[in-house]
Amino acid sequence: MEKEMIVNRPDNSKMYHPHMPTAWWFRKWSYFLFMLRELTSVFIAVFLVVYLFQIYHITQGADAYWEIAGQFRSGGWIAFHGVALIFAIYHSLSWFKTAAVILTPRVGGWMVPPWMVVALHIAAWLAASAAVLMLYVLI
Amino acid sequence: MSEETITLNVTRYRHEKDRAPFIQSYQVPYREDWVVLDALNHIKDELDGTLSYRWSCRMGVCGSCGMMVNGEPKLTCSAFLRDYRPGEIRVEPLENFPVIRDLVIDMSGFMDKLTSVQPWIIREKEKPVSEGEYLQTPDQLDAYQQYSQCINCLLCYSACPIFGLETDFIGPAAIALAYRYNLDSRDEGSHRRNDVITDVNGVWECTFVGECSVVCPKHVDPAAAIQKLKVETVSGMVRGFLMPWSRK
Amino acid sequence: MKHEIFEHDIIIVGAGGAGLRAAIAAAEHAEHLSIALISKVYPMRSHTVSAEGGAAGVMRDNDSEDTHAKDTIFGSDFLADQDAVEILVREAPGELIQLEHWGCPWSRDPDGRISVRPFGGMTVNRTVFAADKTGFHMLHALFQTSLKYDAIVRYDECFVTSLLTDDGRVRGVTNLNLYTGKVQIVMAKSVIICTGGGGRAFPFTTNAAIKTGDGMALAYRAGVGLKDMEFVQYHPTGLPGTGILITEASRGEGGWLINKHGHRYLQDYGLGPATDTPTHRKMELGPRDILSRCHMQEHQKGNTFEGPYGHYLHLDLRHLGEELIDSKLPFVRELTRNYVGIDPVVDPIPVRPVVHYMMGGIHTDTDGKTSLEGLYAAGECACVSINGANRLGSNSLTELLVFGARAGRSAAEFALNQPSPLKSPIDLLAGDEQKRLDDNFLKKEGGTEKVAGLRQEMQIAMEDGVGIYRNEGDMRKTCDTLQSLRERFANIRIEDDTSIFNTERTVALELDFTLDVAETIANSALQRTESRGSHNRIDYPERDDENYLKHSLAFRAPGGPPKIEHFPVTITRWEPEERKY
Repeated sequence: MEKEMIVNRPDNSKMYHPHMPTAWWFRKWSYFLFMLRELTSVFIAVFLVVYLFQIYHITQGADAYWEIAGQFRSGGWIAFHGVALIFAIYHSLSWFKTAAVILTPRVGGWMVPPWMVVALHIAAWLAASAAVLMLYVLI
Repeated sequence: MSEETITLNVTRYRHEKDRAPFIQSYQVPYREDWVVLDALNHIKDELDGTLSYRWSCRMGVCGSCGMMVNGEPKLTCSAFLRDYRPGEIRVEPLENFPVIRDLVIDMSGFMDKLTSVQPWIIREKEKPVSEGEYLQTPDQLDAYQQYSQCINCLLCYSACPIFGLETDFIGPAAIALAYRYNLDSRDEGSHRRNDVITDVNGVWECTFVGECSVVCPKHVDPAAAIQKLKVETVSGMVRGFLMPWSRK
Repeated sequence: MKHEIFEHDIIIVGAGGAGLRAAIAAAEHAEHLSIALISKVYPMRSHTVSAEGGAAGVMRDNDSEDTHAKDTIFGSDFLADQDAVEILVREAPGELIQLEHWGCPWSRDPDGRISVRPFGGMTVNRTVFAADKTGFHMLHALFQTSLKYDAIVRYDECFVTSLLTDDGRVRGVTNLNLYTGKVQIVMAKSVIICTGGGGRAFPFTTNAAIKTGDGMALAYRAGVGLKDMEFVQYHPTGLPGTGILITEASRGEGGWLINKHGHRYLQDYGLGPATDTPTHRKMELGPRDILSRCHMQEHQKGNTFEGPYGHYLHLDLRHLGEELIDSKLPFVRELTRNYVGIDPVVDPIPVRPVVHYMMGGIHTDTDGKTSLEGLYAAGECACVSINGANRLGSNSLTELLVFGARAGRSAAEFALNQPSPLKSPIDLLAGDEQKRLDDNFLKKEGGTEKVAGLRQEMQIAMEDGVGIYRNEGDMRKTCDTLQSLRERFANIRIEDDTSIFNTERTVALELDFTLDVAETIANSALQRTESRGSHNRIDYPERDDENYLKHSLAFRAPGGPPKIEHFPVTITRWEPEERKY
């Protein structure tokens, strides 16, 4: 803004400036879920790195791969993958929820309700997962 | 029979007297049809004239009386005592804002943000009034109407942790208003507004907590406006990159 | 004590519809003018925001300026100045379209044109609307548009305490900066007052808390006459208890008023026939003064319901159906659900008459000019007059646009031709004002009277004496009560001695203003020995054109009640006739 439009402003030094408490995200369920969603990215990123690592070892021949695969049978790694899976599902669902906010398609004069947008996304997601699973079984 | 009362725990802060805010308790008569604002007015008129807060229309449209009621941002003119009985009611200034006094917050920063998004009709060429109105069909009106309902009560800013952490964030109401003008069939200024709202303090600050839309008393849904703007500006950018001639 | 001094070309006191329209008009009139917009609240909190139904203007071929003028003059019970009404109807359509160009989301017809709806006392559909939040949308469109003018600077949350006058002209204002508690001087060549009405003089009103008649009192104290103050409009449909407005548009869209026997009682008062769909100027679309009186008569006959907040009748919208209510009257549904816990789709709405609007105000000409050089006024606080003894619904939003713009332009033109005011007398004047404020408010010590208590006594006295029906005895009593309240006001107690956002002080300052306005209402009413429009006297039930086809003008008289004068109404083309619907 080139020019000041407001002449009178409260004096900064005479106001009380509250601070966000460090644990602000514990104060509300919605804030907590939000933080959890932010956290999902960490698990998904780690999972992807591990996944790339595995793919790399496939290129090094079957023996190299099975040797690496064996190391992932430990309880810790299984727990990690379990958590990562839950987070991936949670992240995907919240993504679909966002999609319903952004996409508000109209068919003629009728607005497709948000739940239907979410449902269509979930359906497409399940279909894609099923296809991948089929591929795995067939091969 | 003694009259039923309800306890209001109200935040007090007077810079000249208090080093930090504190809570003062007041007993007010309980009435079935009273809102929190009525109780505050009772305190002001009958118990303690020194309590300060903003209010005016008492019908949920002027946007003055937003406060935290039991930790939730609310218009106190539409928060009924009956919904909190029999517990006590905590009334605090809106969160995430500097406090001028008692329940009065500083909203001058919001006023600057409002101005920065250029919330007015921008035309390349103005049509003279003598040539009549711009035609706008009910569907075209419908496209932006929801986003034109904002009363600037600032509840959304109070609910937004991002704004709490980054006070320069343009924030839900101002961005929703920018989007309202972008969607208006009479407007030709979205590129000018988008320059501001895609800048560092704009839409990308938002990580979609979504609470702004939850607390909005007018169902404006600023969260949706922000997410849509993210998609629209990115797709606009991609289009501009792939098809430079298409940029208007 | 030295004061902070600011200088501008034009000051506008009040940033509601009229003030914002005036500011934009002034900014567009001449490029280099500096315009100060001073308001005790942020602009979008102004009471224009609560207007619901719409704004009238000739928008269609089946309508004409003459019909709009005739309806307005007829509705005013012939007390409106006809030259002013002619200007209003001529400039209304342009102003409504201008607002459309500024982004106001007017409701539209399927072909994209601005829609019009029927309204009380109008013979044609001519009320432009934005669902039932017309005032809200107008105010926000005006405010947001005002942001694009660099010439307009704002003093938000500054309480103007006095006009600085010197040598027979206005030089500026003093205001109390709420953030510091300090008195500031703002100087200008012209000042426009746009502070709205003073419905808070009454106990039961649709008006917001901020409507305390400040601007009217500012002008009155500076020696300007307040015109036609006895005319106070009761809106027939407010919610019992809160006084929240249920728009006339709910009747324009086809709502019915029914008594406790389920009868559409208005047909018993010559407003029939009772047709199922709304007929212009008949039944529920009669003018507000008459409808409010019908309610009171139904009460006399024992046909009203009794509730915790007194008598009420029913406004029935059920037959309109959910779809129409949601598209045309969504705010009515929101308000009734929130505040009375009923849904108008399935239940009738309890309503009763409630103080809504002041036809009277600061005496101005058709350019908004007052008798004090450099001082202008527009909007509800002014009286041009286009409303006369009874305003037709949807004329006030139009009025604030038309006369806000006119006042803005003429104040700008005046400012262009004036030298800057000298500072020396200003310091002296401000010193006097500082002392008055210190003694009575800012550094007031002792005192026993509670401001809230005095306010309540004033409000009760106003309802008792100058309500819907009036008589000499009650009015005299009210005048006496107001006089004694004025004396007791000198003894108010202000406990809070802090300076930052001290609303105990502003509440006292407001009551100080409202008491002045209340006195002019009661005394002007006492002097008018006839019944006309909203002024209905049991002891003088007839209109008396011979003696009272005249405006009243209340002047401040030190130490006593206001001095009331009268002067004739301007008649151009419409000779007074009996007002029958």
